[in-house]
Amino acid sequence: MIAWTIYITFAGAIAVLLLPRTFSRWIAFLATGAGFAISLSLLFCRDLDLAHFTTIVRAPWVPALGMNYHLAVDGISLTLVLVTSITAVSSVLFSWDVTERPNEFFFWLLLVVAGSFGVFLSADLFLLFVFYELVIVPKYFLIAIWGSTNKEYGAMKLTLYSFFGGALVFIGIIAAYVTGGSLDLNQLAQFQFNPQLQRWAFPVLFLGFAILAGLWPLHTWAPTGHVAAPTAGSMLLAGIVMKLGAYGGLRVAMNLFPQGLQMWSKWIAVLAVIGIVYAAAVALRQRDLKFVIGYSSVSHMGFVLLGLATANVLGVSGAVLQMFSHGVIGALLFAVAGRMIYRRTHTRDLDDLSLMELNRALPFAAFVFVIASAASMGIPGFSGFAAEITILIGVWKTYPLAVWITGAGMVLVAAFTLRALKKSFFGDSAANIRLQQGRVALDADWNEYGRITLAEKLGAGLLILATIAIGVYPKLLLDRIQPAVESMRFLKTGG
Amino acid sequence: MSMSYLELLKLASPQAIVTLTALIVLAIGVATGRRTVVTGVAPAKPQERATHAVPASMSRRTADTAAASTGTCTLVAALGLIVAIAAIVMLPSRADLFRGMLVISPLNSLFEIVCLVLAFFTILLTSRETSNYDEYLAIVLLATIGLLLLVSSEELLMIFIGLELTGLSLYLMTAFDKGDSRSAEAGLKYFLFGSTASAFTLFGLSLIYGMAGSTSLAAIADRLNTEPLSPLLFAGLAMTLVGFAFKIAAAPFHLWAPDTYQGAPVSTAAFIASGSKVASFVVLGKIMLVGFSSVHGSADWRAMVAGWSPVLAALAAFSILIGNFVALVQTNLRRLLAYSAVAHGGYTLLGIIAGGREGFSATLFYTTIYAFTLLGAFGVVALVRRETGGDNLPDFAGLYARSPLLAGCMAVFMLSLAGLPPLAGFFGKFYLFSAAFRAGANHGLLWLVALALFGSLISLYYYLIVLKVIFQTQGAERARQSSAAENGLARLTIAFAAAAVLFLGIAPQFLVARILAALP
Repeated sequence: MIAWTIYITFAGAIAVLLLPRTFSRWIAFLATGAGFAISLSLLFCRDLDLAHFTTIVRAPWVPALGMNYHLAVDGISLTLVLVTSITAVSSVLFSWDVTERPNEFFFWLLLVVAGSFGVFLSADLFLLFVFYELVIVPKYFLIAIWGSTNKEYGAMKLTLYSFFGGALVFIGIIAAYVTGGSLDLNQLAQFQFNPQLQRWAFPVLFLGFAILAGLWPLHTWAPTGHVAAPTAGSMLLAGIVMKLGAYGGLRVAMNLFPQGLQMWSKWIAVLAVIGIVYAAAVALRQRDLKFVIGYSSVSHMGFVLLGLATANVLGVSGAVLQMFSHGVIGALLFAVAGRMIYRRTHTRDLDDLSLMELNRALPFAAFVFVIASAASMGIPGFSGFAAEITILIGVWKTYPLAVWITGAGMVLVAAFTLRALKKSFFGDSAANIRLQQGRVALDADWNEYGRITLAEKLGAGLLILATIAIGVYPKLLLDRIQPAVESMRFLKTGG
Repeated sequence: MSMSYLELLKLASPQAIVTLTALIVLAIGVATGRRTVVTGVAPAKPQERATHAVPASMSRRTADTAAASTGTCTLVAALGLIVAIAAIVMLPSRADLFRGMLVISPLNSLFEIVCLVLAFFTILLTSRETSNYDEYLAIVLLATIGLLLLVSSEELLMIFIGLELTGLSLYLMTAFDKGDSRSAEAGLKYFLFGSTASAFTLFGLSLIYGMAGSTSLAAIADRLNTEPLSPLLFAGLAMTLVGFAFKIAAAPFHLWAPDTYQGAPVSTAAFIASGSKVASFVVLGKIMLVGFSSVHGSADWRAMVAGWSPVLAALAAFSILIGNFVALVQTNLRRLLAYSAVAHGGYTLLGIIAGGREGFSATLFYTTIYAFTLLGAFGVVALVRRETGGDNLPDFAGLYARSPLLAGCMAVFMLSLAGLPPLAGFFGKFYLFSAAFRAGANHGLLWLVALALFGSLISLYYYLIVLKVIFQTQGAERARQSSAAENGLARLTIAFAAAAVLFLGIAPQFLVARILAALP
């Protein structure tokens, strides 16, 4: 049944393209909403074996080359499908005002979502790679056509980085396919690859995926891409696309090449820790609100990579939980910065924003941003805390030193988040800007966008609900993630 | 060999039918008389030329006959090709005439059909404003016979005749646009390079004949199995390869390609990039993997063994690097496609270098889908040229607003060339690269695979630039009226090509299974 998330989204994409533009946002909403409903219902479905990567569909595709259309699901996949669908629904809601070529906009948006569902559910290496690469081009068009600041540069940079990562993944996948003689992920996970192959194939494959997850020093596409993207684009990038990389690293690279992981895990950990601290430090100095959030994404994804590098149950489960958590929080932050603030003030410069007293002009946006910031800083009660504490407990077992450095990094995270919060919403008031309840007048077309709309409120509400629900009751997901992680090979072979 | 002439004619019926069609088309042209008189050298700009193509003095009645005549010619030529395809389907599945001169096998028949289909769509793409339209069609058909001979022969002499027949027809087709000096230049360049390459090939073939004592591929293979690779034979092999490297525009023998792709009439360029290329790869693969399989050598990293595969590997590496880097700076779409064709020639060679059934089948798959992709892309170029009068990148600006169908199809072609799913180019590359990775001891061809992937990465940049221009920039409304029926046929061709690229990307099994079944 979960396979229908893919089909419905693809069908939605085609319908959006063919039907008149007035329907497009509704079709997109229905398609993503259906995906959300399906994944949520499966979360509470009892008779689904989430501890193993259980096949749901399997049909021959190119028998001559051993390719199958093979989908499967376990706790990790389900978690990521869920966060994808949540982010998708809210990104559609936050794009309710897109009037320029809406058909194509929602077409590309739905393709990203459908491709991501596909990646998270594929149990065939080739199929996974098809979906993975399928996501690249829609991103380019979303950013290059509907983006803002420096959009063509950002779009091209992001696309080429993704494609470069894809090329590395390509080599790794072919290596696994040719030596393992199969494309079935479950079969390959049983195959003993020789250590010499693992020594080079693991880093190639993992690096290829990790580029999309924002691994330092190959993270630079992320801030520029996030800034250039339209609001929904940034939400999808932060919420979904970066997870594709981390998921690929876990499901493919780590699971197929456990000995390779052993050889290289400490280097991943080193890069991840540098990424966490470095990105947080850079975020502290940014003037553009979206750049602050972009770097915070890199920093948060550093936690995911650090968790993966521990190769123990807690660390990896925490990493998966962090993928969920950051997906929701990152999307929320970008929604506030891109849609709620930028569409009304036409600026994201923190110094300009600090003159506007946005907390009085846009009280709802201020409320949402406070919650998102708190969640991002890792305040208990929000999902960020649950995820990061799980990761750090896992890390403590393998790399105690990393916990200390990361701890310092978390102080930096709090510092830049608070700085952005203060400057954007609680700045010093200035008399020279006209203010009206719900409106900001800096730009000539200031009255174009009025109060926060219902769509925005719904989208924000959904994301806030998700982060609080998991923050208060993380077992809801952890109980499903942990068994799936426990059945992975790198744990059994004593990683 | 005892065989009645009737039997012979039956087995050679596809070639005979196409020949007959060419003659009928010529006869129709002669019967309806010369329609246009080219006075002096017409101006080089196409839009001005178009007004000159039909002199004002021509009476309305002559114009009507002319239109009827071009229509009949197209119909006859297209029908002839369809009948030829039907004839191939009805042939016995295996036959061998005169020790490999004309071989009927599932593989040969499959690619004869592919060549005929490509010729069919080339004819649909041909502009009716071409002067001496009937002669142009007849030459396309003659070139097609050359392709059929190339594909269906397993004998060096016959292969050479096929190469020459194709080559000479293509030189003429390239220089056919008499009003355009670029076309003349392109024709001359193509001819000079081509005849030199042919001379090399012929010399190489004579050396091979001298060493092996036979021109039949099977006999050569038998002979080589017992003999080591002598320097003279290697020289013959290398010279033969020059001719083929020229045909597939592999660097450093690619210099004719940019000028020809840019200067030739668009349908000619499409035919060179599609039909001629497919046939060349089929023959190259057969010569190397059937005739010379025992002197394969090895192109493995740090473990090169003398033979033809290191030579091809060097050609492939050069082509990938030169093609992609030079394509980066092109502003004319046809030149860009030419350089990207050089690079794609390099990728396609990977399958032959890898060798074996899988490698050859990967090469055949890739070259087929590539042919349809380029056919479609040139179709779009042809229509844009009719509308805006040029084919530089700015001429494509705002194509999306003018024609969403063409823009969408172009996106399919460009993204397939870049190798993105769910299009055929993606599967094709996966197939090629996995075959290359599998070949050789200890993944020795990894260097070539990595190079090809690096090339694909570069190529994505310039393909995206093309799409950016098409989808993003708002172009000036420069549309010019042109015949609706003619555009209809061209649009049909383009849409078919796009559908084929998409279909073979989603269901590659359709073609892969056929190729694998046809390969021994």
